[in-house]
Formats: sequence, structure tokens, C-alpha cells
Amino acid sequence: MKKLINDPANVISDALLGFAAAHPELRVDHENRIVVRGDAPVRGKVGLVSGGGSGHEPLHAGFVGPGMLDAACAGEIFTSPVPDQMVAATQAVDGGAGVLHIVKNYTGDIMNFELAAEMVAADSGTQVVSVVIDDDVAVQDSLYTAGRRGVGATVLVEKIAGAAAEEGRSLGEVADVARKVNSYARSMGLALTSCTVPAAGKPTFDLPETEMEVGIGIHGEPGRRRVPVAPADEIAEMLVGPILSDLDFTGGDGVIAFVNGMGATPLIELYLMFNEVTQILAKAGIPVARSLVGPYITSLDMAGCSVTLLKADDELLRLWDAPVNTPALRRGV
Amino acid sequence: MDTEALTAWIREFARLIAANKDELTALDSAIGDGDHGTNMDRGLTAVVSVLDAEPQETPSALFKKVGMTLISKVGGASGPLYGTAFLRMAAAAGDEVDLAKVLRAALDGVIARGKAEPGDKTMIDALAPAVDALAAGQSIQAAADAAAKGRDATIPLVARKGRASYLGERSAGHADPGATSVTLLLTAAATTLGGKA
Repeated sequence: MKKLINDPANVISDALLGFAAAHPELRVDHENRIVVRGDAPVRGKVGLVSGGGSGHEPLHAGFVGPGMLDAACAGEIFTSPVPDQMVAATQAVDGGAGVLHIVKNYTGDIMNFELAAEMVAADSGTQVVSVVIDDDVAVQDSLYTAGRRGVGATVLVEKIAGAAAEEGRSLGEVADVARKVNSYARSMGLALTSCTVPAAGKPTFDLPETEMEVGIGIHGEPGRRRVPVAPADEIAEMLVGPILSDLDFTGGDGVIAFVNGMGATPLIELYLMFNEVTQILAKAGIPVARSLVGPYITSLDMAGCSVTLLKADDELLRLWDAPVNTPALRRGV
Repeated sequence: MDTEALTAWIREFARLIAANKDELTALDSAIGDGDHGTNMDRGLTAVVSVLDAEPQETPSALFKKVGMTLISKVGGASGPLYGTAFLRMAAAAGDEVDLAKVLRAALDGVIARGKAEPGDKTMIDALAPAVDALAAGQSIQAAADAAAKGRDATIPLVARKGRASYLGERSAGHADPGATSVTLLLTAAATTLGGKA
């Protein structure tokens, strides 16, 4: 294992120290491992709290700031944060209009956020609504599994729901926007290599030089099937095909197309992939209304990418275009 | 079954988790995300420190402290599941702890929190047979053996809950890490409470 770390046990606390030093406009609570918007709580605004295992940076802490999240909780690597953190984050951002929990659909995240919401309800008058993100089409039979995983759509939900909250919409309205984004978004990912969790010290799974894993999640868990490495145009088909057959993307105002890097894949390959994705969409008669290309929801040092498509309409595009000022996404400010 | 004996049980569970940390992590790497050993060890190390600093006076206080510490320190799915199990045990423990009764309460708590059923390839597959053995009046050692048998029976199963479920058919062929750690809990009970059931 070659990593820029001191002690595997201190990776998250050491990284949070650096994050705090680099972003003095945000507040970092090192004891609770939460990152909070500097001016929180914003009076009268719905607070947005998300969180999850670490190792997906910039998700979630990199998306804290005006126009996006009010607070993010950092768990251990690939492990859900604990309820105490979520309770502290919820209390820190409650400006009187309630708090939305944005939860990726993983068993641990669901249960810890559920416990946190129960603890907040027992303790205070803060109203909490949870929205679960489950956009990964690689998980096929959700009747007999834990359901689809929350992946790339999480970034889009945090941006768009964040803009809705910034407009002063109510908790119910912001939750509805978040659910709408989730229901109109689909994702599919692929790994060229495994990743190495610092505490484990070796790759989570073996992936030979000549093979790749299709339908990967974001926790180094193996995907649905293993196939020989293929050219980028064929890979794009493997990712976009299942997305298009899962939801009808025609007839709207086009899509917000998001090509995401898994952590170790250079931007030049992501742009190359984006070109392949747009060609497939053009053939299918689906215009690309907006784009996002880069490593935004990663899996440590995994090489590979995911594609997320969000069927857009006027409202979603307007909220997507709204100003945002966070460490990882900044425009219009 | 006094608080001292029950504390010894929890300490032995912590020792077994630490000793089997790498095995639990290896099982979880095969079908999950490779952190069950690390997470459980972090939680139980914290439990042992808390019990060193603040010895508990009653079985109920002991189980509650263990549950709250696990919820605060473990994270993932195991934190809420083991935490809920111990909190339910705290509620079910009276002046005289009936192991069959408190473990039945633990099982009900795990089912309510995780919404899994027997055969889903989860910790329930080891806990349920152990609870049944105790309810039938068998010894704690027999309950531990039933848990181990339940754990081994998860090997061919296809996971239907938790992160292993994403693998579909590929989750078959490995024991469930949660069922494996539950077996350690029962093994620890047999070692420390065996003569006192």
C-alpha cells in the first residue's frame, strides 16, 4: 500500500484538519466529525444534512456551503456515520424551518439516520424529513435485495435541493424536489481497478489487468459481472444502455449528463468518456441540456467511472443553474 | 447470572472479536465491503474502556451501556443492529437475567431494525437457532453450537439484505460475517456463563 498517510487509524481526522485549514469559511467539529456551513443555522431556511462513509470525497463535506448542503457527517472509510454525528449536525443547522436528511440507500446509512431522526424527535421540536437516494440500475432485483444503491444522483440531489432550500421553500417542498431528482435520475458504474482501504492495506478485491468490473458500487464492493477490458465506446454502451432501458429519457427538456471519476481515473479519460456518452444520447434523440464531468463521488483510489443521467425540466434546470459556493462545486458567485 | 458474570461475557466477546478481526474482515471483503472486523473491534474496544472506567451495577445498566456505546462507535449496519440488540436486552433484563428471554428480545430488536428474515444471510441466521435452543431448555454450549451451525448454513445462501445482496448469486459460497460475529457472542457466553445457566 502506497498512500499519503501517517497512520491508517488517523486518516479521517488528519484529513479533516486539512479540510478545516483549507476552508476557513466552513466550521469543522472535529469531535463529532461534522462539517457545517459557516453561517449556520440560516434563519428560516430548511437545513440540508447528508453524510456517509468517508472515501467518496468530495462527497459530502466538499458540497457544504451556500446553495448546497448545510452540514455533512463523515463516517469511517466506507462506513456510515453514527447517529450522534447526525444529531449534532441536525441541531447545528436547524434554522426553524426543519431539516432534510439526504440518505444514500445502504443498510447502515438508513439505520443510523433512522436512529438519529428518532433521537432528534425525542429530544427537540426540530422537524426532520428523510429522502433516500437509490439511482443505481446495476442492482436489478430490488424486491429481493437491500434495493438500489445511492450513487451519482446524490450529487445532483444535493445541488438541486440545496438551491430549492436557498429559495426559501418549505421542508415538504424541498423534500419533494429531492425525491423528484432521485426518481428522474439513473446511474451505472464500472471499475478498472479495485481500491485499497487504508486500514485493510490491500485491494478489496482482485481485478486482473485484462478485466473490468461492470455495475460497481462506491464501496469497493465487486459489481454484477466481470468482462474483458473494452474500448471506451463499448464501455459507454455498457453503462448508458441499462440506464436508457430503465427510464424513458425522451420527451423532456433533455438531460443533465454527469460522467463521474471513481478516484484514480484522469480527467482526460472522463472527457473522452463524456464524448462517447453524448454520441449515444444523440443517436437516441436525447439532448444534453447540462453537464458535469469530474471526480465528485469517488471510491478512494479506484480507477473507473460512472454515468448518471437526470431527465430535466425547466424547474430542475433553473435550480441546477442557481449559484452555489462550496469547496467542490462553485459557480455564479 | 450476576452483573459480574455478564460483564465477563461482554469482555470475552470483545476478546474474541479482536482475535478474529482479520477473519471477519476477510469474510466481509468477499461479500461486503471489508470492514466488519475493524468496525466491531473499534466498538468493543470502546465498550471495554467504558466498563473499565465505569463498572456497571445491574445487568440492565450493563446492557444499556454496551448498546449505547456500540451505536456511538461502530457505524455501518452493525452499530445500529448490535446496539439495538443490547438495548432490547437491557429492557428485558429483570433482577434475574434469563438468557433465553434477553436473547429473544435481542433477536426481535434485530428483526425490527434490519427488517431481515431467517434465510436472508444475516446475523439472524445464527441468532435465531441459538435463541430456539435456549428456549427449548438446552445448555448455553448447545446454543453456541446451534449458532455455529446456523452460521455455516449461511455459506450456500444468496444474500437478500445488506451490502452482500448487491452481489446476487456471487454472494453464495461464503459465511455471512454478521452470523459469524453473532456466533462469537454465543461462544463467549458458553465460556463465561456456561455453568450458570
